[in-house]
Amino acid sequence: MSDLLKVENLKMHFPVHGGVMMRQTGAVRAVDGVSLSIRPGETLGLVGESGCGKSTLGKAIVRLLKPTAGRIEFEGVDITNLGTAAVRPLRRDMQMVFQDPVESLNARHSVREILEEPYIIHGGMPSAERRKRVGELLDRVGLPATSADRYPFEFSGGQRQRIGIARALALNPKLIICDEPVSALDVSVQSQVLNLLLELQREMGLAYLFIAHDLAVVKHISDRVAVMYLGKIVEMADSETIYREPKHAYTKALLSAIPHPDPTREVDRVLLEGDVPSPIDPPKGSAFGHRIAHPRYDETIGKELPLVEISPDHWVAADPCCLEGEDLKRAEALMAGVSG
Amino acid sequence: MSESILEVRDLITAFDTEGGLVRAVDKVNFAVPRGGTLGIVGESGCGKSVTAMSIIRLLPQPAGRILQGEVTFKGRDLTKVSPREMRKVRGGEIGVIFQEPMTALNPVHRIGKQLTECFLLHKKMSKREAWEASIEMLRLVRIPAPEQRIGDYPHQLSGGMRQRVVIAMALACRPDLVIADEPTTALDVTVQAQILDLMKRLQNELGMSMILITHDLGVIAESCDEVVVMYAGRVVEKAPVKELFANPLHAYTRGLLASIPRIETTPKTELPVIPGMVAGLKDFVPGCRFCQRMERRGPSLRERPAFIEASPGHWVEACPVCYGESGTKGGGA
Repeated sequence: MSDLLKVENLKMHFPVHGGVMMRQTGAVRAVDGVSLSIRPGETLGLVGESGCGKSTLGKAIVRLLKPTAGRIEFEGVDITNLGTAAVRPLRRDMQMVFQDPVESLNARHSVREILEEPYIIHGGMPSAERRKRVGELLDRVGLPATSADRYPFEFSGGQRQRIGIARALALNPKLIICDEPVSALDVSVQSQVLNLLLELQREMGLAYLFIAHDLAVVKHISDRVAVMYLGKIVEMADSETIYREPKHAYTKALLSAIPHPDPTREVDRVLLEGDVPSPIDPPKGSAFGHRIAHPRYDETIGKELPLVEISPDHWVAADPCCLEGEDLKRAEALMAGVSG
Repeated sequence: MSESILEVRDLITAFDTEGGLVRAVDKVNFAVPRGGTLGIVGESGCGKSVTAMSIIRLLPQPAGRILQGEVTFKGRDLTKVSPREMRKVRGGEIGVIFQEPMTALNPVHRIGKQLTECFLLHKKMSKREAWEASIEMLRLVRIPAPEQRIGDYPHQLSGGMRQRVVIAMALACRPDLVIADEPTTALDVTVQAQILDLMKRLQNELGMSMILITHDLGVIAESCDEVVVMYAGRVVEKAPVKELFANPLHAYTRGLLASIPRIETTPKTELPVIPGMVAGLKDFVPGCRFCQRMERRGPSLRERPAFIEASPGHWVEACPVCYGESGTKGGGA
């Protein structure tokens, strides 16, 4: 099957200004060379800690931001450098659900106005038809039809997120970028929204890019998972493989940091020191190797650490600081094959 | 439990609202084992934080007040002591760790000033001694290069480092009890693991007791000895941690445990869910509030169920419907 979305070597750098003249003194390398693809109807999970660039990547893909470098293809069409007007029709096919359902809904608009807006912007639908569609959307996300004339503040967090999802569904998109859609919700409401997303995917054939920091949630909803660290993807594989056979040291650390709801389980944890380094002045070599002060860190300085396919559909950064034993040998052999 | 450091008995905390007096905490009972950790778990709006704030008497004023009940801490009833004495207890014998390390610290003061304050207020120390003691505290919470960091402003530190400073402040006077309200919720998982590990080690080193408030059952499983499950202002279940996870009795506890996505579950399967949501404070029924959520009708909504000891140490709100029921709908696993 051909890819719905294809991202190649995407970079999103933000200039940093300083000094008396406010000249550009550096750049925040929020996304620094990311490649990924999503097939129709598939969910790609994107997991990483705060500041790793996952939200920026999502915004660059829907073109809320203009990428610094790289290429984004949607249904085979290059959308990397489209202007504001040219991007608009694209939004029919690509929508976004945001983390904070309070911030992302206009408090002065009724639910009906919020849900009719996409039809008005994308034009040409008579108001009777719009009314009918709003009713269908509400029904689809499990809200009563009477919600249409109420305002966002009258709803709980979970219900507001349902409104956000309904808005994203309005134009029958093919891809929805979900940026931490359940992080602000209570546990019991979180599972309701996750089930809704799964159900909508089954019924409408939607593809998701599901961005979150909670690996258990991401694994649950995704077909494949990409792990991001400091602007780069360090490992990507199908959800079950990421959990059963993680290769990269950072993925292993993330997995081991999850507290398990089982008090009989012995806690055997790789405790990481420190925090995610700053993307303004990232380490010159392996970012994670630097954090764990790996003895082979010096070897990685100034080197590209590309993803290699260590087993079918399992990609991992060929980083001598973050792989062990057989995996490392294999990655190095693959690297030698690439350059030779 | 052999001995408790803190006992909460029949606590009722209410708020004045336009619609009259509403009870955010409705007759709550529990005890914190000496040297151990009591976890309070539940969703937002179920009264966890109000319970904690009632214990240290930091309720929003003038709306909030304790209507009834006793909070016995080392033989004294904290609901009765004078505000002046309460100030000594708070930060002295009881340390508090708040959720948001950014709001718990004053952004315009260097962390050194905020840390020494604890010593200057609660211990008879000179400024110089307090400064030394503060550096020692930063070292205890494993902040690298404490002599330099003590001169930083909060915004210069990362989230994890700020939370370490908040912990240092809470522990500065070697309290007997620490109340930690969602101490790791705002942090990344790897940093959360560091902070939980740090808190556990400090607890052992300093022999403190702790109340840990969280919505995360994983954190509860790892860090607590005893667990209190709160729902809509009431304790619906209370048990030692292993017993609670092995043998949950109340529908709400069972629902919570079933509905969280676990790393071991098969991807893309439907999760069991607890339908609906917690009712608003004003709408609470006198009877079983989980029945209210499940939209049941009948006698269970009218009368408050008895809180019974189902097996030694394992207490449950014995609503005739919710006691022993699954609490979820749907889901395969």
